[in-house]
Amino acid sequence: MSEIMESNGSNSEIVIRLENIVKIYQMGKVQVHALRGVSLQVQRGDMIAIMGPSGSGKSTLMNIIGALDTPTSGRYLLEGQDVSRLNDDQLAEIRNKRIGFVFQNFNLLPRLTALEQVELPLVYAGVFSRRERRRRAQEALERVGLGDRLHHRPNELSGGQQQRVAIARALVNNPSIILADEPTGNLDSKSGAEVMYIFQHLNQEQGITVVLVTHEPDIARHTRRIVYLRDGLIVGDESVLHPKVAMPGGALYEAKHR
Amino acid sequence: MFKKTMSLLEAIRTALRSLAANKLRSALTMLGIIIGVAAVITLLAVGQGVESFVRAQFESIGTYVLFVIPGQLEEGLPSARNRSPHPLTMGDARALQDPIRAPSVQRVAPVLQKSARASYRKKEIIAQILGVTPDYFTIRNWPAVEGRLFTEEEVAGHTRVATIGTLVRDRLFRDIDPIGKTIRINNVPFKVIGVMEEKGGGGFGSEDLRVFVPITTAQTRLFRGRTYRGDYVVSAILVSAVSEEAMEDAAQEITQILRERHDIRYLDEDDFTVINQKDLINIFGDITRVLTIFLGAIAAISLIVGGIGIMNIMLVSVTERTREIGLRKAVGARRRDILLQFLIEAVILSLIGGFVGIMLGVAGAFLVSQFAGDFQARVTIEAVALATGFSAAVGLFFGIYPATRAARLHPIEALRYE
Ligand SMILES: Nc1ncnc2c1ncn2[C@@H]1O[C@H](COP(=O)(O)OP(=O)(O)OP(=O)(O)O)[C@@H](O)[C@H]1O
Ligand SMILES: [Mg+2]
Repeated sequence: MSEIMESNGSNSEIVIRLENIVKIYQMGKVQVHALRGVSLQVQRGDMIAIMGPSGSGKSTLMNIIGALDTPTSGRYLLEGQDVSRLNDDQLAEIRNKRIGFVFQNFNLLPRLTALEQVELPLVYAGVFSRRERRRRAQEALERVGLGDRLHHRPNELSGGQQQRVAIARALVNNPSIILADEPTGNLDSKSGAEVMYIFQHLNQEQGITVVLVTHEPDIARHTRRIVYLRDGLIVGDESVLHPKVAMPGGALYEAKHR
Repeated sequence: MFKKTMSLLEAIRTALRSLAANKLRSALTMLGIIIGVAAVITLLAVGQGVESFVRAQFESIGTYVLFVIPGQLEEGLPSARNRSPHPLTMGDARALQDPIRAPSVQRVAPVLQKSARASYRKKEIIAQILGVTPDYFTIRNWPAVEGRLFTEEEVAGHTRVATIGTLVRDRLFRDIDPIGKTIRINNVPFKVIGVMEEKGGGGFGSEDLRVFVPITTAQTRLFRGRTYRGDYVVSAILVSAVSEEAMEDAAQEITQILRERHDIRYLDEDDFTVINQKDLINIFGDITRVLTIFLGAIAAISLIVGGIGIMNIMLVSVTERTREIGLRKAVGARRRDILLQFLIEAVILSLIGGFVGIMLGVAGAFLVSQFAGDFQARVTIEAVALATGFSAAVGLFFGIYPATRAARLHPIEALRYE
């Protein structure tokens, strides 16, 4: 409870500030304007969804917020630091320490066990002790309810479990922000609800800022704010008055809901 | 600075993992390096073996020894002058034993050498017959292992006695004790009084397939050959110097004396050659050095070919693992982390290849030694270090380009790659 109070207390702090972000892809002689000037502010501890039709620039925007890509013009301040003009290695450090990214298709390495997948960011964070890495990876997996799947490889896990391994990997360096590009896009509704439960839990219990992209209005209603994107511009931005609450176990949600 | 990057140990572990995931491919990739390194090791070992074998042969001739042989060594085909050279004679040998004119000369041993039939009872062989004096054995530091050598008195008395090499004994006598038996050389009976110590290095022209008789007996009973002046001809003269340092002086004294005796005018060429044992070793050393460089060049080429194989596979691997690289970058790998990972993979490939190559090369050297019998191929530490260093360098050099390509990949484009 005290954590919630704290995150409410620092309500005014802005972790993500986008100012007139433009992204133009050069396809031979044709220029594709993926983002035409997006300005957006995200409060610390908020949980927001980005929606919009296919090709509207949602992934492009997420990649820029996630320091995976840089904008053509505009400014991006992450916790007050200007990220838009950092070099490759500085961006790598931000991806490693400050942001956890969850992909639609999980992006797990086929040969690694769940533990090893989650250890990867620790390896690049310079945690040399194997035991320390293992301990932290195991802890992250336990947080997403996979304490009993430590040594499974991706092909030995369900889609929902794979996505939870990916979430554990995003969590392991204790980032302040988790970004998820259609995290439930490849999952059935039960696994999707499970994933949403984890995100809500991380957001509420640990104050982690969550930004996710989704096509499903039902998923979006689990957040507190929905931003609509169309043709590279923000065309709508609304608060969710009564966010849906996901329960552990996913599909059991309806039954358990009193 | 280093603390910020992934630990070397971690990079090695990752590299080993991905190599193990593609065992057959990794093994095939290593093949080029394996063959290259095995070739280097075996060839160098054989080269070393040949060199030390020949050196040992030269050294077994004796220390501080000079050879005097008729004619000029450099001339390939016999020239007009060379067809009727002044042969070397007993008189020449005696003249060299002048302590005033040739103070650097210690001992002089004329040698008359021809091949002839040697027989005992029904057995007959072709052997080298050497007419010598006891000084020959002294200069060559060559004792008898059974019986004895002949004496000055026996030389003076034209005695028909012989000491034989171990191969002659083995072929003519088998289990019989040869001492005191009579062998026939070109049908002339000789009494065997001794067996020489084995020199080793079997095969054709072996020093153990020789029969030594007093030079006087050889000249009068076996091979006749005199100059028009009536002096006996000899095949060669062995000269020992008083010390190793005196060898150059001895050679000059010999040249001076023989030029006078052979009436060679100022500026005319010698009609004989003085060979220094050291010169022989040096000439041979030069030959083996050139040979070693040549073999080394071949080996280097095969290593480079192996390196290109590694580069090829690493490029394929980078392409195949584009998504993996993208993911690693997405979770925080820097350029140098990716660079290190692929470089280490390339170096491990070539180092393991090098190691297997060294093993095969040592086995190859061992096999060559087994078949050659005469000499031992020697694998030196230097050769092993050279091969290891070379293969690591090859991996590093040919790994740089693929690793750089991997490191430069853009995370999003890499993740999207299909
Ligand atoms: N690497 C690229 N090169 C060229 N054009 C690109 C590239 N990436 C995206 N685009 C273009 O930018 C626009 C926005 O793409 P983006 O992937 O951000 O859309 P999206 O909203 O995520 O769509 P979806 O809902 O289908 O995932 C599209 O028109 C797309 O074709
Ligand atoms: Mg998208």
